[in-house]
Amino acid sequence: MAAALPEKATLLEWYRQMVLIRRFEERSKELFHQKKIGGVYLHLYNGQEGTGVGALAALRPQDHVITAYRDHGIAIARGVDPNRIMAEMYGKSTGVSGGKGGSMHLASREHNFWGGYAIVGGHLPLAAGIALKAKYNGDDEVVLCFIGDGATNNGYFHEALNLSAVWDLPVVWLIENNLYGMGTALEDASGQTKLIKRAIAYDMKAFDPMDGQDVFEVHETVKKAVDYARKKGPVLLESMTYRFEGHGMSDKMYAARVDEMSRFKARDPITLLHDKLCELYPDIGPTLDTIDKQCEAVVTESEKYAENSPAPTFEDLTRHIYV
Amino acid sequence: MADKNTPMREALRMALMEEMERDERVFVMGQEVGAWDGTHKVTRGFLEKFGARRVRDTPISEMAIGGAAVGAAMAGLRPVAEIMTINFAFLAFDALINHAAKVHYMFNGQFKCPMVMRVASGWGNQATATHSHTPEMIFAHFPGMYVAAPSNARDAKGMLKAAIRDDNPVLFSESIALYPKPAVVPDDPDFLLPIGKSDLKREGQHVTLVAWARGVEWALQAADTLAKEGVQCEVIDLRWLRPLDTALVFESFKKTNRCVVIEEALPHFGVGAEIAAQIQDNLFDYMDAPIKRVNAMDVPLPYAAELEMLALPNAQKVVDAVREVL
Ligand SMILES: Cc1ncc(C[n+]2csc(CCOP(=O)(O)OP(=O)(O)O)c2C)c(N)n1
Ligand SMILES: [Mg+2]
Repeated sequence: MAAALPEKATLLEWYRQMVLIRRFEERSKELFHQKKIGGVYLHLYNGQEGTGVGALAALRPQDHVITAYRDHGIAIARGVDPNRIMAEMYGKSTGVSGGKGGSMHLASREHNFWGGYAIVGGHLPLAAGIALKAKYNGDDEVVLCFIGDGATNNGYFHEALNLSAVWDLPVVWLIENNLYGMGTALEDASGQTKLIKRAIAYDMKAFDPMDGQDVFEVHETVKKAVDYARKKGPVLLESMTYRFEGHGMSDKMYAARVDEMSRFKARDPITLLHDKLCELYPDIGPTLDTIDKQCEAVVTESEKYAENSPAPTFEDLTRHIYV
Repeated sequence: MADKNTPMREALRMALMEEMERDERVFVMGQEVGAWDGTHKVTRGFLEKFGARRVRDTPISEMAIGGAAVGAAMAGLRPVAEIMTINFAFLAFDALINHAAKVHYMFNGQFKCPMVMRVASGWGNQATATHSHTPEMIFAHFPGMYVAAPSNARDAKGMLKAAIRDDNPVLFSESIALYPKPAVVPDDPDFLLPIGKSDLKREGQHVTLVAWARGVEWALQAADTLAKEGVQCEVIDLRWLRPLDTALVFESFKKTNRCVVIEEALPHFGVGAEIAAQIQDNLFDYMDAPIKRVNAMDVPLPYAAELEMLALPNAQKVVDAVREVL
């Protein structure tokens, strides 16, 4: 049965993070269309906040996080300064990656956030390597690696999960199953659509798929998985979730999936948490409203910070090619 | 102990062993590096000496070997990953190029990637088309990577040790044909050869021969032959394809005004093409003849021994090319 609920302050912090991510993504989309955020790639986390926030809340600071290109929400939930995330998307020198990474390549070493990676599946063996460091040195650390459902079909997934099983590495592999990889539906891409069953192939520990819209369930499951990984070895998890904004800015297909979308939006992870908080603490409404306003202000501030930050210089162009 | 005549595989083994003894963070991983002693016996006895924590057999998973080495290096270890032959490094290409070579830059210096990927390379022995590649220059195309290709046992030791101690990712290519060939190898555990420094192998004033890895042997043989006719070749071993050191080449070319590049690799988009481009760009006024390339023929390598020999470069082809530019 469900474990005891975390204390109020913790729940409010989750709420704050989830709202902040949503507001940040909404603003990012606007700024992209205004061409203030450049490039062609912008993959938003709207709808998946319950997974990112619930999962990261199960980690300690010394644990590690790595993900794919849908990385803004993960960075925010890990505590990376939104100003520096927005500045990165503006391509400014104050960005987390100095304006050289962009939206898909956010990272913050000081947060043990090893980055977003834009080659599908490419970060999975990196997660194994980071976990190998922990095991090799006897460090009490776990790596949490987010994986798209689409990424489970490329060779990296198989090779990295198998290696982690053979070497008993402390990794929690977390599939965020949002039912699509770009425009291709899960059932058109995967022979076995119950992705959690992939664990069987590696004789790997797995837990039942989580309701990714339910931050409580995600948190509880990831906590168990992190404990297991810390003591024994790799774990596979699957979070059932949905992309409210489609794949990225070029997605012309997602809006047509009206029924499916409304089904998931009826279970918006932020609304679910909001309702739960109101049920638990009937007087909490004004507090939540205040958090909403604060998040709006943080996003506005991040936009200003990015606007006013300097562009990288010619020296930055050739810096950090080699150590 | 004294410096001894040592085959290249043994020199590499010494280098690896010394570095593992020196630095606890250095470890080897790859297929058959443990109980098998390494496909090319470079890790002979390592499992016994260092144990399974530091001598890590992997599944046949080149993508994961490459990627896990990147992750481990970013996290603070110093992996030396072995890919059996460079032919299989194509499967690890993405991890090397998109991650090893990029993470330092793309994340603005937050991460380093001090890894070495050792690969055995080369043509010959009727290994056939899929198993006879020398694609080092493809890896050298990318800023962020270093590419080493030693021509002899002594250099192999000093270069591998330098590669392991460096904080950048290195693709370290070992010519299979050179593994058994001996040279006098220093047993000084701090014998290092600087990264990105070419080597003058032989002085001469008539023509500059530029080579790397196995090509150096053909260049030196050709120089011997030509010396008997009074033609003095200057032979330069590049040692590293990235950083590519053209200083000695340029200096030599100013004297000889002629150049032949020798490589055990296909001609298109190769090192020879790069050297020729850089010479004409920098030393146009010194050019007295077209720059020639001696390469493998532009074919997939066939199985039949006669055909294979026809396709490969050799010392005679170098001699012929020199005669053309004199
Ligand atoms: C190796 C590789 N192949 C293809 C792509 C193009 N691509 C980018 S995202 C994507 C879909 C991945 O879907 P999924 O793993 O489910 O993640 P999601 O976008 O749903 O978070 C594809 C095909 C890529 N970036 N890398
Ligand atoms: Mg998906």
